Amino acid sequence: MGVASYFRQIREAVVTIVDGMAVSASHLIRRPYTIQYPDRLERRVQETLPFRYRGILDVDLEICTGCLACERACPIDCIAMAIEKNAQTREIVISQFDIDIAKCMYCGLCSEPCPTGAIHHTTEFEGSDFSLESLILRFVNEPVVAYKPKKGPEPDPELARMLGAGMRYVDEWAQPAADKPAARSAAPVKPAPSAGPPDAKA
Amino acid sequence: MQAWLDSLIARGDFGARPDAALAYGIAMAIACALVLALIALPFASIVTWVERRVWARIQSRVGPNRVGPQGFLQWLADGVKHVCKEDLAPEEADARLFKLAPWLVALGFFLPWAVMPFSSALILADLNVGILYLTAVTALTVVGVLMAGWASNNKWSLLGGIRSAAQIVSYEIPAGLSILPVVLMSGTLSMEGIIRAQGWAPQSWFLFANPFCVPAATILFISGLAENNRTPFDLPEAESELVAGFATEYTGMRYLLFYMAEWGNMFVSAAIVATLFLGGWRAPALSRSAVAMNTIEFAVFNLKVLTIVFVSMWVRGTLPRVRIDQMMALCWKYFVPIAFVDLLGTAGWVALWPDGNPIASWLLLACAAAGIVLFVRRVAIYARRSRMELRLRPTS
Repeated sequence: MGVASYFRQIREAVVTIVDGMAVSASHLIRRPYTIQYPDRLERRVQETLPFRYRGILDVDLEICTGCLACERACPIDCIAMAIEKNAQTREIVISQFDIDIAKCMYCGLCSEPCPTGAIHHTTEFEGSDFSLESLILRFVNEPVVAYKPKKGPEPDPELARMLGAGMRYVDEWAQPAADKPAARSAAPVKPAPSAGPPDAKA
Repeated sequence: MQAWLDSLIARGDFGARPDAALAYGIAMAIACALVLALIALPFASIVTWVERRVWARIQSRVGPNRVGPQGFLQWLADGVKHVCKEDLAPEEADARLFKLAPWLVALGFFLPWAVMPFSSALILADLNVGILYLTAVTALTVVGVLMAGWASNNKWSLLGGIRSAAQIVSYEIPAGLSILPVVLMSGTLSMEGIIRAQGWAPQSWFLFANPFCVPAATILFISGLAENNRTPFDLPEAESELVAGFATEYTGMRYLLFYMAEWGNMFVSAAIVATLFLGGWRAPALSRSAVAMNTIEFAVFNLKVLTIVFVSMWVRGTLPRVRIDQMMALCWKYFVPIAFVDLLGTAGWVALWPDGNPIASWLLLACAAAGIVLFVRRVAIYARRSRMELRLRPTS
Protein backbone atom coordinates (compact mmCIF):
# COMPACT_ATOMS: atom_id res chain seq x y z
CA MET A 1 0.00 0.00 0.00
CA GLY A 2 1.57 3.24 -1.16
CA VAL A 3 1.55 6.46 0.76
CA ALA A 4 -0.80 8.09 -1.73
CA SER A 5 -3.39 5.33 -1.45
CA TYR A 6 -3.10 5.43 2.35
CA PHE A 7 -4.11 9.07 2.43
CA ARG A 8 -6.70 8.55 -0.28
CA GLN A 9 -8.30 5.86 1.84
CA ILE A 10 -8.45 8.16 4.86
CA ARG A 11 -9.99 10.90 2.75
CA GLU A 12 -12.50 8.52 1.22
CA ALA A 13 -13.49 7.16 4.62
CA VAL A 14 -14.05 10.63 6.03
CA VAL A 15 -15.99 11.88 3.01
CA THR A 16 -18.23 8.84 2.72
CA ILE A 17 -18.97 8.69 6.44
CA VAL A 18 -19.85 12.39 6.56
CA ASP A 19 -22.07 11.95 3.51
CA GLY A 20 -23.76 8.97 5.11
CA MET A 21 -24.32 10.99 8.26
CA ALA A 22 -25.97 13.68 6.12
CA VAL A 23 -28.30 11.08 4.61
CA SER A 24 -29.34 9.75 8.00
CA ALA A 25 -29.76 13.29 9.34
CA SER A 26 -32.12 14.03 6.48
CA HIS A 27 -34.16 11.00 7.53
CA LEU A 28 -34.14 12.28 11.09
CA ILE A 29 -36.06 15.40 10.12
CA ARG A 30 -38.61 13.75 7.87
CA ARG A 31 -41.93 12.26 8.84
CA PRO A 32 -41.89 8.57 9.77
CA TYR A 33 -43.47 6.13 7.37
CA THR A 34 -45.02 4.00 10.09
CA ILE A 35 -48.78 3.56 10.03
CA GLN A 36 -49.71 3.05 13.67
CA TYR A 37 -52.41 0.44 13.11
CA PRO A 38 -54.89 -0.02 14.68
CA ASP A 39 -55.51 2.77 17.19
CA ARG A 40 -53.51 5.82 16.12
CA LEU A 41 -54.92 6.54 12.70
CA GLU A 42 -56.79 9.54 11.41
CA ARG A 43 -59.19 7.21 9.61
CA ARG A 44 -59.80 3.52 10.09
CA VAL A 45 -57.85 1.42 7.60
CA GLN A 46 -61.17 -0.02 6.42
CA GLU A 47 -62.20 3.41 5.20
CA THR A 48 -59.05 3.83 3.15
CA LEU A 49 -59.39 0.54 1.30
CA PRO A 50 -60.70 0.48 -2.26
CA PHE A 51 -64.33 -0.34 -3.05
CA ARG A 52 -63.31 -3.61 -4.67
CA TYR A 53 -61.42 -4.82 -1.59
CA ARG A 54 -62.38 -8.42 -0.81
CA GLY A 55 -62.98 -8.36 2.90
CA ILE A 56 -65.52 -10.24 4.96
CA LEU A 57 -68.73 -11.00 3.03
CA ASP A 58 -71.91 -9.16 3.78
CA VAL A 59 -75.48 -9.68 2.57
CA ASP A 60 -78.12 -7.02 2.12
CA LEU A 61 -81.01 -9.33 2.82
CA GLU A 62 -83.51 -6.64 1.83
CA ILE A 63 -82.47 -6.88 -1.81
CA CYS A 64 -81.69 -10.61 -1.90
CA THR A 65 -83.81 -12.34 -4.55
CA GLY A 66 -83.28 -15.79 -3.11
CA CYS A 67 -82.01 -17.10 -6.45
CA LEU A 68 -79.35 -19.34 -4.83
CA ALA A 69 -76.80 -18.30 -7.48
CA CYS A 70 -74.22 -17.53 -4.81
CA GLU A 71 -74.69 -20.84 -3.06
CA ARG A 72 -74.16 -22.67 -6.33
CA ALA A 73 -71.17 -20.53 -7.27
CA CYS A 74 -69.31 -21.06 -4.00
CA PRO A 75 -66.48 -23.53 -4.72
CA ILE A 76 -66.09 -24.57 -1.10
CA ASP A 77 -69.72 -24.56 -0.04
CA CYS A 78 -69.40 -22.06 2.73
CA ILE A 79 -72.79 -20.52 1.92
CA ALA A 80 -75.80 -22.40 3.26
CA MET A 81 -79.21 -21.17 2.08
CA ALA A 82 -82.73 -22.49 2.54
CA ILE A 83 -85.71 -21.10 0.61
CA GLU A 84 -89.36 -22.02 0.44
CA LYS A 85 -91.75 -21.12 -2.32
CA ASN A 86 -95.19 -19.96 -1.31
CA ALA A 87 -97.53 -21.65 -3.80
CA GLN A 88 -100.32 -19.04 -3.61
CA THR A 89 -98.45 -15.75 -3.63
CA ARG A 90 -95.52 -17.15 -5.66
CA GLU A 91 -93.21 -15.43 -3.20
CA ILE A 92 -89.86 -16.85 -2.19
CA VAL A 93 -89.25 -17.01 1.53
CA ILE A 94 -85.66 -17.15 2.71
CA SER A 95 -85.41 -19.09 5.96
CA GLN A 96 -81.65 -19.50 6.19
CA PHE A 97 -78.69 -17.60 4.84
CA ASP A 98 -75.45 -18.59 6.61
CA ILE A 99 -71.93 -17.88 5.49
CA ASP A 100 -69.12 -19.73 7.24
CA ILE A 101 -66.56 -16.95 7.10
CA ALA A 102 -63.93 -19.27 8.58
CA LYS A 103 -64.13 -21.42 5.44
CA CYS A 104 -64.51 -18.54 3.01
CA MET A 105 -61.47 -18.01 0.81
CA TYR A 106 -62.51 -14.54 -0.40
CA CYS A 107 -62.57 -15.58 -4.06
CA GLY A 108 -65.57 -13.38 -4.82
CA LEU A 109 -67.24 -15.96 -7.05
CA CYS A 110 -70.47 -15.63 -5.07
CA SER A 111 -70.86 -11.90 -5.66
CA GLU A 112 -70.22 -12.28 -9.39
CA PRO A 113 -73.52 -13.94 -10.37
CA CYS A 114 -75.65 -12.05 -7.83
CA PRO A 115 -78.33 -10.20 -9.84
CA THR A 116 -78.71 -7.34 -7.34
CA GLY A 117 -75.33 -7.22 -5.68
CA ALA A 118 -76.91 -8.27 -2.39
CA ILE A 119 -73.95 -10.47 -1.47
CA HIS A 120 -70.74 -8.54 -1.62
CA HIS A 121 -67.39 -8.16 0.05
CA THR A 122 -66.86 -5.34 2.47
CA THR A 123 -63.60 -3.63 3.39
CA GLU A 124 -63.84 -5.12 6.88
CA PHE A 125 -60.98 -7.52 7.55
CA GLU A 126 -60.73 -7.70 11.34
CA GLY A 127 -62.46 -11.03 11.82
CA SER A 128 -60.70 -12.61 14.77
CA ASP A 129 -63.03 -14.14 17.31
CA PHE A 130 -62.96 -16.55 20.21
CA SER A 131 -64.77 -19.46 18.59
CA LEU A 132 -65.24 -20.98 15.16
CA GLU A 133 -68.98 -21.05 15.79
CA SER A 134 -69.18 -17.27 15.97
CA LEU A 135 -67.47 -17.04 12.59
CA ILE A 136 -70.60 -18.39 10.93
CA LEU A 137 -72.47 -15.29 9.88
CA ARG A 138 -76.22 -15.85 10.12
CA PHE A 139 -78.13 -13.26 8.15
CA VAL A 140 -81.66 -14.63 8.62
CA ASN A 141 -83.17 -14.53 12.07
CA GLU A 142 -86.73 -15.24 10.99
CA PRO A 143 -87.88 -16.17 7.48
CA VAL A 144 -88.16 -13.17 5.19
CA VAL A 145 -89.74 -12.67 1.83
CA ALA A 146 -87.19 -12.34 -0.94
CA TYR A 147 -86.87 -9.16 -2.95
CA LYS A 148 -88.59 -9.01 -6.28
CA PRO A 149 -87.01 -6.79 -8.95
CA LYS A 150 -89.34 -3.99 -10.08
CA LYS A 151 -89.91 -2.93 -13.67
CA GLY A 152 -89.09 0.74 -13.13
CA PRO A 153 -86.81 2.44 -10.62
CA GLU A 154 -87.09 1.31 -7.03
CA PRO A 155 -89.52 3.57 -5.13
CA ASP A 156 -88.22 2.84 -1.61
CA PRO A 157 -85.22 5.18 -1.11
CA GLU A 158 -83.50 2.85 1.37
CA LEU A 159 -83.74 -0.11 -1.01
CA ALA A 160 -82.71 2.14 -3.90
CA ARG A 161 -79.55 3.11 -2.06
CA MET A 162 -78.68 -0.53 -1.39
CA LEU A 163 -79.40 -1.46 -4.99
CA GLY A 164 -77.27 1.38 -6.25
CA ALA A 165 -74.29 0.21 -4.22
CA GLY A 166 -74.95 -3.41 -5.11
CA MET A 167 -75.25 -2.78 -8.82
CA ARG A 168 -72.14 -0.66 -8.81
CA TYR A 169 -70.42 -3.62 -7.20
CA VAL A 170 -71.72 -6.05 -9.80
CA ASP A 171 -71.00 -3.68 -12.69
CA GLU A 172 -67.44 -3.11 -11.66
CA TRP A 173 -67.04 -6.82 -11.39
CA ALA A 174 -68.11 -7.20 -14.99
CA GLN A 175 -65.44 -4.77 -16.17
CA PRO A 176 -62.17 -5.62 -14.52
CA ALA A 177 -60.13 -3.36 -16.80
CA ALA A 178 -60.55 0.29 -16.07
CA ASP A 179 -60.05 1.30 -19.70
CA LYS A 180 -63.33 -0.22 -20.94
CA PRO A 181 -66.07 2.03 -19.58
CA ALA A 182 -68.52 1.09 -22.35
CA ALA A 183 -68.85 -2.57 -21.37
CA ARG A 184 -71.83 -2.50 -19.05
CA SER A 185 -73.38 -5.73 -17.95
CA ALA A 186 -76.99 -6.39 -18.82
CA ALA A 187 -78.32 -6.12 -15.33
CA PRO A 188 -81.89 -7.14 -14.65
CA VAL A 189 -82.41 -4.09 -12.51
CA LYS A 190 -81.36 -0.62 -13.56
CA PRO A 191 -79.21 1.08 -10.91
CA ALA A 192 -81.14 3.74 -9.09
CA PRO A 193 -80.31 7.31 -10.22
CA SER A 194 -79.15 8.31 -6.76
CA ALA A 195 -76.34 5.82 -6.31
CA GLY A 196 -75.29 5.42 -2.71
CA PRO A 197 -71.81 6.12 -1.34
CA PRO A 198 -69.13 3.73 -2.58
CA ASP A 199 -68.91 1.68 0.56
CA ALA A 200 -72.35 1.89 2.01
CA LYS A 201 -71.94 -1.17 4.18
CA ALA A 202 -69.38 -1.34 6.94
CA MET B 1 -17.28 17.74 46.75
CA GLN B 2 -13.96 16.57 48.13
CA ALA B 3 -12.67 20.11 47.95
CA TRP B 4 -15.65 21.33 49.97
CA LEU B 5 -15.11 18.65 52.63
CA ASP B 6 -11.43 19.53 52.71
CA SER B 7 -12.30 23.18 53.30
CA LEU B 8 -14.62 22.16 56.16
CA ILE B 9 -11.75 20.26 57.70
CA ALA B 10 -9.40 23.18 57.18
CA ARG B 11 -11.91 25.45 58.91
CA GLY B 12 -11.86 23.07 61.84
CA ASP B 13 -15.48 21.89 61.65
CA PHE B 14 -14.33 18.35 62.04
CA GLY B 15 -11.62 19.50 64.44
CA ALA B 16 -9.62 17.04 66.37
CA ARG B 17 -12.54 14.71 66.91
CA PRO B 18 -11.44 11.11 66.56
CA ASP B 19 -14.34 10.17 64.26
CA ALA B 20 -13.48 12.87 61.70
CA ALA B 21 -12.08 10.31 59.25
CA LEU B 22 -15.24 8.22 59.58
CA ALA B 23 -17.49 11.24 59.01
CA TYR B 24 -15.38 12.18 56.01
CA GLY B 25 -15.72 8.69 54.57
CA ILE B 26 -19.47 8.61 55.11
CA ALA B 27 -19.92 12.03 53.54
CA MET B 28 -17.93 10.98 50.49
CA ALA B 29 -19.92 7.75 50.19
CA ILE B 30 -23.20 9.67 50.33
CA ALA B 31 -21.94 12.08 47.69
CA CYS B 32 -20.89 9.20 45.43
CA ALA B 33 -24.24 7.50 45.90
CA LEU B 34 -26.04 10.74 45.04
CA VAL B 35 -24.09 11.21 41.83
CA LEU B 36 -24.74 7.61 40.80
CA ALA B 37 -28.40 7.69 41.75
CA LEU B 38 -29.21 11.14 40.37
CA ILE B 39 -27.10 11.25 37.23
CA ALA B 40 -25.46 7.96 36.23
CA LEU B 41 -28.36 5.54 36.57
CA PRO B 42 -31.11 7.82 35.23
CA PHE B 43 -28.91 8.64 32.27
CA ALA B 44 -28.10 4.99 31.56
CA SER B 45 -31.77 4.06 31.61
CA ILE B 46 -33.41 7.04 29.92
CA VAL B 47 -30.83 7.11 27.15
CA THR B 48 -32.13 3.73 25.97
CA TRP B 49 -35.48 5.30 25.16
CA VAL B 50 -33.85 8.37 23.57
CA GLU B 51 -31.59 6.23 21.44
CA ARG B 52 -34.41 4.00 20.27
CA ARG B 53 -36.44 7.04 19.28
CA VAL B 54 -33.48 8.56 17.44
CA TRP B 55 -32.73 5.36 15.51
CA ALA B 56 -36.39 4.97 14.72
CA ARG B 57 -36.54 8.41 13.17
CA ILE B 58 -33.34 7.74 11.22
CA GLN B 59 -35.01 4.60 9.86
CA SER B 60 -38.28 6.48 9.17
CA ARG B 61 -40.04 4.67 11.99
CA VAL B 62 -41.75 6.03 15.10
CA GLY B 63 -40.03 4.06 17.85
CA PRO B 64 -41.38 3.16 21.28
CA ASN B 65 -44.19 5.64 21.97
CA ARG B 66 -46.75 3.70 23.98
CA VAL B 67 -45.53 3.67 27.59
CA GLY B 68 -46.15 7.06 29.10
CA PRO B 69 -46.10 10.36 27.20
CA GLN B 70 -44.32 9.74 23.89
CA GLY B 71 -43.13 6.42 25.33
CA PHE B 72 -40.96 8.19 27.88
CA LEU B 73 -41.46 5.48 30.52
CA GLN B 74 -40.29 2.71 28.19
CA TRP B 75 -37.00 2.46 30.08
CA LEU B 76 -38.92 1.84 33.30
CA ALA B 77 -41.00 -0.90 31.72
CA ASP B 78 -37.90 -2.57 30.28
CA GLY B 79 -36.10 -2.34 33.60
CA VAL B 80 -38.99 -3.79 35.60
CA LYS B 81 -39.31 -6.58 33.08
CA HIS B 82 -35.64 -7.48 33.37
CA VAL B 83 -35.68 -7.38 37.15
CA CYS B 84 -38.65 -9.74 37.20
CA LYS B 85 -36.86 -12.35 35.10
CA GLU B 86 -35.39 -15.47 36.63
CA ASP B 87 -31.70 -15.29 37.43
CA LEU B 88 -30.27 -18.28 35.60
CA ALA B 89 -26.75 -19.68 35.47
CA PRO B 90 -25.99 -22.50 33.02
CA GLU B 91 -25.26 -25.85 34.64
CA GLU B 92 -21.82 -26.17 33.07
CA ALA B 93 -20.89 -22.54 33.72
CA ASP B 94 -18.37 -21.48 36.34
CA ALA B 95 -21.12 -20.11 38.55
CA ARG B 96 -18.99 -17.91 40.78
CA LEU B 97 -17.22 -16.10 37.95
CA PHE B 98 -20.42 -16.06 35.92
CA LYS B 99 -22.22 -14.18 38.68
CA LEU B 100 -19.29 -11.88 39.43
CA ALA B 101 -18.68 -10.73 35.85
CA PRO B 102 -21.58 -8.28 35.44
CA TRP B 103 -20.64 -6.56 38.68
CA LEU B 104 -17.11 -5.97 37.41
CA VAL B 105 -18.54 -4.44 34.26
CA ALA B 106 -20.84 -2.30 36.38
CA LEU B 107 -17.89 -1.31 38.55
CA GLY B 108 -16.07 -0.18 35.41
CA PHE B 109 -19.10 2.00 34.74
CA PHE B 110 -19.44 3.36 38.30
CA LEU B 111 -15.82 4.27 39.03
CA PRO B 112 -15.34 6.96 36.33
CA TRP B 113 -18.06 9.07 37.95
CA ALA B 114 -15.67 9.88 40.80
CA VAL B 115 -13.76 12.29 38.58
CA MET B 116 -16.64 13.48 36.40
CA PRO B 117 -16.30 17.30 36.32
CA PHE B 118 -19.91 18.49 36.26
CA SER B 119 -18.99 22.05 37.23
CA SER B 120 -16.26 23.99 38.97
CA ALA B 121 -17.44 22.72 42.38
CA LEU B 122 -19.46 19.64 41.48
CA ILE B 123 -16.79 17.01 41.20
CA LEU B 124 -16.58 14.12 43.60
CA ALA B 125 -12.81 14.06 43.78
CA ASP B 126 -10.54 16.22 41.67
CA LEU B 127 -7.69 13.73 41.48
CA ASN B 128 -4.41 15.13 40.24
CA VAL B 129 -4.20 12.07 37.97
CA GLY B 130 -7.86 12.34 36.93
CA ILE B 131 -7.62 11.49 33.25
CA LEU B 132 -5.14 8.68 33.91
CA TYR B 133 -7.54 7.29 36.50
CA LEU B 134 -10.34 7.44 33.93
CA THR B 135 -8.46 5.47 31.29
CA ALA B 136 -7.48 2.96 33.95
CA VAL B 137 -10.92 2.28 35.41
CA THR B 138 -12.81 2.25 32.12
CA ALA B 139 -10.53 -0.60 31.04
CA LEU B 140 -11.86 -2.59 34.00
CA THR B 141 -14.83 -3.46 31.80
CA VAL B 142 -12.62 -5.75 29.75
CA VAL B 143 -11.99 -7.99 32.75
CA GLY B 144 -15.69 -8.40 33.38
CA VAL B 145 -16.47 -9.02 29.72
CA LEU B 146 -13.72 -11.60 29.34
CA MET B 147 -14.80 -13.23 32.59
CA ALA B 148 -18.38 -13.39 31.38
CA GLY B 149 -17.29 -14.91 28.10
CA TRP B 150 -15.12 -17.52 29.74
CA ALA B 151 -17.43 -18.44 32.61
CA SER B 152 -20.50 -18.89 30.40
CA ASN B 153 -18.97 -22.06 28.92
CA ASN B 154 -20.40 -21.18 25.55
CA LYS B 155 -18.53 -20.74 22.27
CA TRP B 156 -20.40 -17.60 21.34
CA SER B 157 -19.83 -16.04 24.71
CA LEU B 158 -16.15 -16.90 24.64
CA LEU B 159 -15.70 -15.53 21.12
CA GLY B 160 -17.59 -12.41 22.08
CA GLY B 161 -15.51 -11.95 25.21
CA ILE B 162 -12.24 -12.44 23.33
CA ARG B 163 -13.30 -10.05 20.59
CA SER B 164 -14.28 -7.48 23.16
CA ALA B 165 -11.00 -7.84 25.01
CA ALA B 166 -8.99 -7.50 21.80
CA GLN B 167 -11.02 -4.50 20.80
CA ILE B 168 -10.92 -2.64 24.10
CA VAL B 169 -7.23 -3.26 24.65
CA SER B 170 -6.37 -2.20 21.09
CA TYR B 171 -8.38 0.98 21.19
CA GLU B 172 -6.93 1.97 24.57
CA ILE B 173 -3.74 2.83 22.71
CA PRO B 174 -5.04 5.43 20.23
CA ALA B 175 -7.34 6.76 22.97
CA GLY B 176 -4.42 7.17 25.36
CA LEU B 177 -2.25 8.72 22.66
CA SER B 178 -4.90 11.27 21.76
CA ILE B 179 -5.31 12.25 25.39
CA LEU B 180 -1.62 13.13 25.58
CA PRO B 181 -1.74 16.23 23.31
CA VAL B 182 -4.19 17.80 25.76
CA VAL B 183 -1.95 16.91 28.66
CA LEU B 184 0.94 18.52 26.81
CA MET B 185 -1.01 21.74 26.30
CA SER B 186 -2.58 21.99 29.74
CA GLY B 187 0.34 20.58 31.71
CA THR B 188 -1.95 18.71 34.09
CA LEU B 189 -3.76 15.39 34.39
CA SER B 190 -6.52 16.71 36.63
CA MET B 191 -9.95 16.98 34.97
CA GLU B 192 -10.64 20.39 36.52
CA GLY B 193 -7.15 21.59 35.63
CA ILE B 194 -7.63 20.61 31.98
CA ILE B 195 -10.96 22.42 31.85
CA ARG B 196 -9.55 25.51 33.56
CA ALA B 197 -6.79 25.60 30.93
CA GLN B 198 -9.49 26.18 28.32
CA GLY B 199 -11.92 29.05 27.94
CA TRP B 200 -15.67 29.14 27.44
CA ALA B 201 -15.47 30.40 23.86
CA PRO B 202 -14.94 27.81 21.13
CA GLN B 203 -11.70 29.31 19.87
CA SER B 204 -10.13 28.75 23.27
CA TRP B 205 -11.13 25.08 23.36
CA PHE B 206 -8.36 22.57 22.93
CA LEU B 207 -10.22 21.21 19.90
CA PHE B 208 -9.11 24.27 17.95
CA ALA B 209 -5.81 24.86 19.74
CA ASN B 210 -3.81 23.48 16.83
CA PRO B 211 -4.47 21.52 13.63
CA PHE B 212 -3.48 18.23 15.27
CA CYS B 213 -6.20 18.39 17.87
CA VAL B 214 -9.14 17.85 15.53
CA PRO B 215 -7.93 14.40 14.41
CA ALA B 216 -6.95 13.64 18.00
CA ALA B 217 -10.48 14.45 19.21
CA THR B 218 -11.98 12.38 16.40
CA ILE B 219 -9.80 9.42 17.27
CA LEU B 220 -10.70 9.77 20.93
CA PHE B 221 -14.41 9.84 20.07
CA ILE B 222 -14.21 6.82 17.76
CA SER B 223 -12.07 4.90 20.25
CA GLY B 224 -14.74 5.66 22.82
CA LEU B 225 -17.32 4.07 20.54
CA ALA B 226 -15.08 1.04 20.14
CA GLU B 227 -14.40 0.71 23.86
CA ASN B 228 -18.12 0.80 24.60
CA ASN B 229 -18.76 -1.91 21.99
CA ARG B 230 -21.05 0.39 20.09
CA THR B 231 -21.89 0.20 16.42
CA PRO B 232 -19.95 0.19 14.11
CA PHE B 233 -17.69 -1.67 16.54
CA ASP B 234 -20.27 -3.90 18.22
CA LEU B 235 -18.51 -7.08 17.12
CA PRO B 236 -18.60 -8.63 20.62
CA GLU B 237 -22.39 -8.63 20.38
CA ALA B 238 -22.71 -9.22 16.65
CA GLU B 239 -26.06 -10.95 16.83
CA SER B 240 -25.83 -12.43 13.35
CA GLU B 241 -22.64 -14.24 14.30
CA LEU B 242 -22.51 -14.52 18.06
CA VAL B 243 -26.15 -14.36 19.26
CA ALA B 244 -25.45 -11.78 21.99
CA GLY B 245 -21.71 -12.33 22.44
CA PHE B 246 -20.55 -12.42 26.02
CA ALA B 247 -24.07 -11.74 27.27
CA THR B 248 -25.61 -14.78 25.53
CA GLU B 249 -26.13 -16.83 28.69
CA TYR B 250 -27.20 -13.97 30.91
CA THR B 251 -30.75 -13.24 31.95
CA GLY B 252 -32.63 -10.65 33.91
CA MET B 253 -30.78 -8.35 36.23
CA ARG B 254 -27.29 -9.50 35.26
CA TYR B 255 -28.02 -9.00 31.58
CA LEU B 256 -29.37 -5.58 32.46
CA LEU B 257 -26.13 -4.68 34.24
CA PHE B 258 -24.10 -5.31 31.07
CA TYR B 259 -26.36 -3.09 29.04
CA MET B 260 -26.62 -0.45 31.72
CA ALA B 261 -22.82 -0.23 31.68
CA GLU B 262 -22.74 -0.15 27.91
CA TRP B 263 -25.30 2.64 27.59
CA GLY B 264 -24.01 4.52 30.59
CA ASN B 265 -20.46 4.44 29.30
CA MET B 266 -21.66 6.57 26.41
CA PHE B 267 -21.88 9.41 28.91
CA VAL B 268 -18.43 8.64 30.29
CA SER B 269 -16.66 8.60 26.94
CA ALA B 270 -18.59 11.64 25.75
CA ALA B 271 -17.62 13.42 28.97
CA ILE B 272 -13.96 12.62 28.34
CA VAL B 273 -14.16 14.19 24.87
CA ALA B 274 -16.10 17.19 26.21
CA THR B 275 -13.62 17.71 29.03
CA LEU B 276 -10.48 17.34 27.00
CA PHE B 277 -11.42 19.11 23.80
CA LEU B 278 -14.66 21.05 24.19
CA GLY B 279 -13.92 23.10 27.26
CA GLY B 280 -15.91 20.97 29.71
CA TRP B 281 -18.14 23.07 31.96
CA ARG B 282 -16.57 26.40 30.99
CA ALA B 283 -19.27 29.05 30.77
CA PRO B 284 -19.15 32.85 30.53
CA ALA B 285 -19.34 34.55 33.95
CA LEU B 286 -23.02 35.47 33.84
CA SER B 287 -23.64 35.54 37.56
CA ARG B 288 -21.78 36.35 40.72
CA SER B 289 -23.53 33.79 42.82
CA ALA B 290 -21.56 30.56 43.09
CA VAL B 291 -24.74 28.46 43.08
CA ALA B 292 -26.09 30.06 39.91
CA MET B 293 -22.70 29.82 38.25
CA ASN B 294 -22.41 26.15 39.10
CA THR B 295 -25.89 25.52 37.74
CA ILE B 296 -24.97 27.18 34.45
CA GLU B 297 -21.74 25.23 34.29
CA PHE B 298 -23.57 21.99 35.02
CA ALA B 299 -26.00 22.73 32.19
CA VAL B 300 -23.19 23.64 29.78
CA PHE B 301 -21.26 20.48 30.57
CA ASN B 302 -24.32 18.27 30.16
CA LEU B 303 -25.29 20.03 26.95
CA LYS B 304 -21.88 19.28 25.46
CA VAL B 305 -21.91 15.69 26.67
CA LEU B 306 -25.43 15.02 25.43
CA THR B 307 -24.57 16.51 22.05
CA ILE B 308 -21.70 14.05 21.72
CA VAL B 309 -23.96 11.22 22.92
CA PHE B 310 -26.45 12.23 20.24
CA VAL B 311 -23.71 12.09 17.61
CA SER B 312 -22.80 8.59 18.71
CA MET B 313 -26.46 7.54 18.41
CA TRP B 314 -26.50 9.09 14.99
CA VAL B 315 -23.34 7.19 14.01
CA ARG B 316 -24.98 4.02 15.26
CA GLY B 317 -27.98 4.70 13.08
CA THR B 318 -25.79 5.37 10.06
CA LEU B 319 -22.87 2.98 9.83
CA PRO B 320 -22.99 -0.79 9.44
CA ARG B 321 -20.85 -3.04 11.59
CA VAL B 322 -17.23 -3.37 10.46
CA ARG B 323 -15.46 -6.67 10.02
CA ILE B 324 -13.03 -7.71 12.75
CA ASP B 325 -9.97 -7.37 10.51
CA GLN B 326 -11.18 -3.96 9.35
CA MET B 327 -11.61 -2.92 12.95
CA MET B 328 -8.07 -4.00 13.82
CA ALA B 329 -6.66 -2.41 10.65
CA LEU B 330 -8.43 0.84 11.51
CA CYS B 331 -6.88 0.83 14.95
CA TRP B 332 -3.32 -0.24 14.20
CA LYS B 333 -2.78 1.05 10.67
CA TYR B 334 -4.62 4.33 10.89
CA PHE B 335 -5.43 5.47 14.42
CA VAL B 336 -2.15 4.63 16.14
CA PRO B 337 0.11 6.33 13.55
CA ILE B 338 -2.17 9.34 13.27
CA ALA B 339 -2.35 9.66 17.04
CA PHE B 340 1.45 9.58 17.19
CA VAL B 341 1.66 12.30 14.55
CA ASP B 342 -0.85 14.33 16.58
CA LEU B 343 1.23 13.90 19.70
CA LEU B 344 4.48 14.92 17.99
CA GLY B 345 2.80 17.76 16.14
CA THR B 346 1.26 19.13 19.32
CA ALA B 347 4.61 18.82 21.08
CA GLY B 348 6.21 20.89 18.29
CA TRP B 349 3.35 23.38 18.42
CA VAL B 350 3.64 23.80 22.17
CA ALA B 351 7.39 24.29 21.78
CA LEU B 352 6.78 27.03 19.18
CA TRP B 353 3.81 28.74 20.86
CA PRO B 354 3.70 27.78 24.53
CA ASP B 355 0.66 29.99 25.15
CA GLY B 356 -1.22 28.92 22.07
CA ASN B 357 -1.65 30.59 18.71
CA PRO B 358 -4.91 32.58 18.55
CA ILE B 359 -4.72 33.10 14.76
CA ALA B 360 -4.56 29.35 14.14
CA SER B 361 -7.43 28.79 16.60
CA TRP B 362 -9.64 31.33 14.85
CA LEU B 363 -8.77 29.83 11.46
CA LEU B 364 -9.62 26.32 12.65
CA LEU B 365 -12.85 27.55 14.18
CA ALA B 366 -13.76 29.25 10.90
CA CYS B 367 -12.98 26.03 9.02
CA ALA B 368 -15.17 24.06 11.43
CA ALA B 369 -18.03 26.55 11.07
CA ALA B 370 -17.75 26.40 7.27
CA GLY B 371 -17.75 22.62 7.44
CA ILE B 372 -20.90 22.63 9.56
CA VAL B 373 -22.63 25.00 7.13
CA LEU B 374 -21.69 22.78 4.17
CA PHE B 375 -22.90 19.75 6.07
CA VAL B 376 -26.25 21.34 6.89
CA ARG B 377 -26.70 22.23 3.21
CA ARG B 378 -25.93 18.63 2.29
CA VAL B 379 -28.57 17.48 4.78
CA ALA B 380 -31.05 19.91 3.24
CA ILE B 381 -30.34 18.50 -0.23
CA TYR B 382 -30.99 14.97 0.97
CA ALA B 383 -34.11 16.06 2.84
CA ARG B 384 -35.48 17.65 -0.33
CA ARG B 385 -34.73 14.49 -2.26
CA SER B 386 -36.55 12.41 0.34
CA ARG B 387 -39.58 14.71 0.09
CA MET B 388 -39.78 13.85 -3.58
CA GLU B 389 -39.70 10.19 -2.68
CA LEU B 390 -42.55 10.83 -0.26
CA ARG B 391 -44.78 11.88 -3.16
CA LEU B 392 -44.30 8.45 -4.65
CA ARG B 393 -45.32 6.87 -1.39
CA PRO B 394 -47.78 4.11 -2.28
CA THR B 395 -49.81 4.17 0.91
CA SER B 396 -50.61 7.86 1.16
